[in-house]
Amino acid sequence: MSDSILRMRGISKTFPGVRALDDVNLEVLRGEIHAICGENGAGKSTLMKVLSGVYPHGDYDGEITFEGQECRFGGIRDSEHHGIVIIHQELALASNLSIAENIFLGNEQSRRGLIDWNRTNAAAAELMRRVGLDENPVTQVIDLGVGKQQLVEIAKALSKQVKLLILDEPTAALNDDDSAHLLDLLRGLRDEGITCVIISHKLNEVLDIADRVTILRDGKTITTLDAEGLTEDRIISGMVGRDLDHRFPPREPRIGEEVLRVEDWSVHSPTQHGRLLVDRAGFTLRRGEIVGLAGLMGAGRTELAMSIFGRAYGTGISGRIFKDGREIRLRSVREAIRHGIAYATEDRKRYGLNLIEDIKRNVSAAGLRKLAKRGWVDENEEYQVADSYRKSMNIKAPSVASITGKLSGGNQQKVVLSKWIFTDPDVLILDEPTRGIDVGAKYEIYTIINQLAEAGKSILLISSELPELLGLCDRIYTLSAGRITGEVPRAEATQEGLMTLMTAGQEARP
Amino acid sequence: MSVAPTAERAAPLSRTPGGPRRFQLNLRQSGIYIAFAAIVLLFTILTGGDMLAPQNISNIIVQNSYILILAIGMILVIIAGHIDLSVGSIVAASGAVAAVLMVNHDVPWPLAVLLTLVVGGLIGAWQGYWVAYFGIPAFIVTLAGMLLFRAVTYTILGNRGIGPFPEEVRTLSNGFTSGFLGNVGLGALGGADLFSLLLGLAAVAGIVVTQWRSRAGRARYGQVVEPLPLFITKIALAAVVVMFVVVQLARFRNVPWVLVLLAALVIGYSVLTNRAVFGRQIYAVGGNLQAATLSGVKVKSVVFWIFVNMGVLAALAGIIFAGRLNQANPTGGDQFELDAIAAAFIGGAAVQGGVGKVVGAITGGLIMGVINNGMSLIGAPSEQVMLVKGAVLLAAVAFDVWTKRRAGASR
Repeated sequence: MSDSILRMRGISKTFPGVRALDDVNLEVLRGEIHAICGENGAGKSTLMKVLSGVYPHGDYDGEITFEGQECRFGGIRDSEHHGIVIIHQELALASNLSIAENIFLGNEQSRRGLIDWNRTNAAAAELMRRVGLDENPVTQVIDLGVGKQQLVEIAKALSKQVKLLILDEPTAALNDDDSAHLLDLLRGLRDEGITCVIISHKLNEVLDIADRVTILRDGKTITTLDAEGLTEDRIISGMVGRDLDHRFPPREPRIGEEVLRVEDWSVHSPTQHGRLLVDRAGFTLRRGEIVGLAGLMGAGRTELAMSIFGRAYGTGISGRIFKDGREIRLRSVREAIRHGIAYATEDRKRYGLNLIEDIKRNVSAAGLRKLAKRGWVDENEEYQVADSYRKSMNIKAPSVASITGKLSGGNQQKVVLSKWIFTDPDVLILDEPTRGIDVGAKYEIYTIINQLAEAGKSILLISSELPELLGLCDRIYTLSAGRITGEVPRAEATQEGLMTLMTAGQEARP
Repeated sequence: MSVAPTAERAAPLSRTPGGPRRFQLNLRQSGIYIAFAAIVLLFTILTGGDMLAPQNISNIIVQNSYILILAIGMILVIIAGHIDLSVGSIVAASGAVAAVLMVNHDVPWPLAVLLTLVVGGLIGAWQGYWVAYFGIPAFIVTLAGMLLFRAVTYTILGNRGIGPFPEEVRTLSNGFTSGFLGNVGLGALGGADLFSLLLGLAAVAGIVVTQWRSRAGRARYGQVVEPLPLFITKIALAAVVVMFVVVQLARFRNVPWVLVLLAALVIGYSVLTNRAVFGRQIYAVGGNLQAATLSGVKVKSVVFWIFVNMGVLAALAGIIFAGRLNQANPTGGDQFELDAIAAAFIGGAAVQGGVGKVVGAITGGLIMGVINNGMSLIGAPSEQVMLVKGAVLLAAVAFDVWTKRRAGASR
């Protein structure tokens, strides 16, 4: 039981501008369930992508030893050939194919070039029995719930003679029953001799199932601990323990009256019928205040923000919004903008920018009517506005006629911020404004956020990085499983305290 | 061979920041015009100059007018990221409606034209509803429309054509401005219509004044403008081309009315796409639908109105086409959609949407028209014409994809 099946030594991986993994070491013992914990962006998923060959050999530094042999995987097929299978957070199933077809996708049970359906379905049924999936093998995957889809993925992994199964946040989208079933299944697989690596934010689950826990932080291995006798607090302190000095520009808060109040806000999923994503959430923002919204992935932060922003996301939305003490209804993005609310997205490439257009047309996109007289845009005025933002925001581009798709992440983010500042909002919701941005640009973004607050704007800052929230915010709300689980003033906020609130109530999910 | 805005703006990044900002002629931006000039030159040589003869220039314009009108509507549809396969059938259906109104019911022609345009708009609204509000891909909706409106045409006309059209409608399609001011002698070129010449001079003056004012305005705001010699060369080139065409037309039978109409449409729609809030929103929707939605653009309404506009322009093309044949025909307008779509893509539209220019689509349409015309002048059989047109379409888009990849665009 105590020989190691996997050893990763000195793994480093750099993306342009970011060192995602820095000399990471990981040892997994044969037949154990090994959990990897860390904040969003700590490098967990990157490490697993290195292991599974998504980033092929040569793309990273360091060495991987699997079953005593050094491995140099050129791709996923390579690692799967060795018996390493990864199941991603976003399931990779073809929803219009049957369960059996999905299980044997890319590994078709064929005879002389033709698929042998009897063998396929019989083998699928056997695998489904092993994972406890009580369905007909010919059922389409689209007709299954997420929990059962997860089981299909595991059955697919078993069909590949898996030795090491990696699960990235397997229970993030599952309800309690499905989660419990999945964890039981993993225990069963462990008894069959299959080793598991599980990435999870749900620390109670980690403690429940894992034999050992490795903690990553900022792309480095902090420690590996035996789960025996481990507490959530110990894991949390390992996940967040870093210093905060000099990373944030100073600011003297001048906080005024209440500007925005949201009450009893509930949002349902537009794709999964009846699933509650935000559950009676409420919060307030005051003039000149920076308020943080902390929550782990899947807690419903973006869903909360976008649904407030003119119902840009979700169905079955209920609740009340008060602006300057008066109740308002925001039925479209346009109404939200007109009421002085702006939302800068977490995914600027998909939702924030027209990447084939230039800076000035992106800056003007949300406030075009301010530049127009009777429906006609004054292009010179537009140029001047965009150019003034280019200078004041320090957007590094030769001119505002530069295409935004070619700018760096930090400069793209500044274009997105310019766009929203130009609409002259009272409330700015900033969703992960520093995601994928290097340290220098982060400081500039922080400075801009502070200036906006000083100008009397109210900021709702959504961030996965707790130090960022602690360094910038006057108050911080925590969101867990769609519910506001805490409201902490800056003076009382600690990373450990927030993390506890962010993971609170996970088990109480409906 | 793509469109100017992107290419022109992409250029500065390829140079080192902070270096001198020069204006450089961009291959992608000017490729289509160079290609057009090359094709015209080629056929002029092959036909021994017949290509640019007064009557032939007049023919090219009149014969392609309805395709060019369709191309204007189509480029907007394509910029928004959609497609319209039904325009050929709308041309036929609206021609039939116009014929029934004018010929069978003796409705006065201005009212009949107006009613036909309204019918075109309603057809567009029908398709726009399914695309924008119901969420069916435009390819499917307009494929259905292609059949539906052809069926409507047959229902209205039966199996025969209806004609003849009133004099005024035929004049709009086929006729020429009358020599209001008589002729002037142009030396060796012989007599030419003074009114047409003055029209041409007015057009040149208009180009010079608007371009100069725009350049001065940009300079006043501290923007980069083209160096003066390049600016003057471009203006002079445009003036020479306009005046050459006008002089040739004036020597033949004066400026066709349909050219006046086309010029007005090109100017109007160019300004709309460049400067109107609505025009900008079309690019925003085609460039990134989600970002446009989250910027407060009423995406569905924009798409809806683009199809309404397409319907109106298709109806206009239908009236002109029917007027030209002096008969509304149940098979009329067949495959016009393919010519209009090809014109837009040759003119630099991007398949993913978000890119395209009205002038580009017109140039693309003219390239097709010149190939048609030139090859028939040299007596090439129609299968060869098809072959060449197909090859040009493929080459144009391949060139666009190639330049994009070389530029390393991040999309």
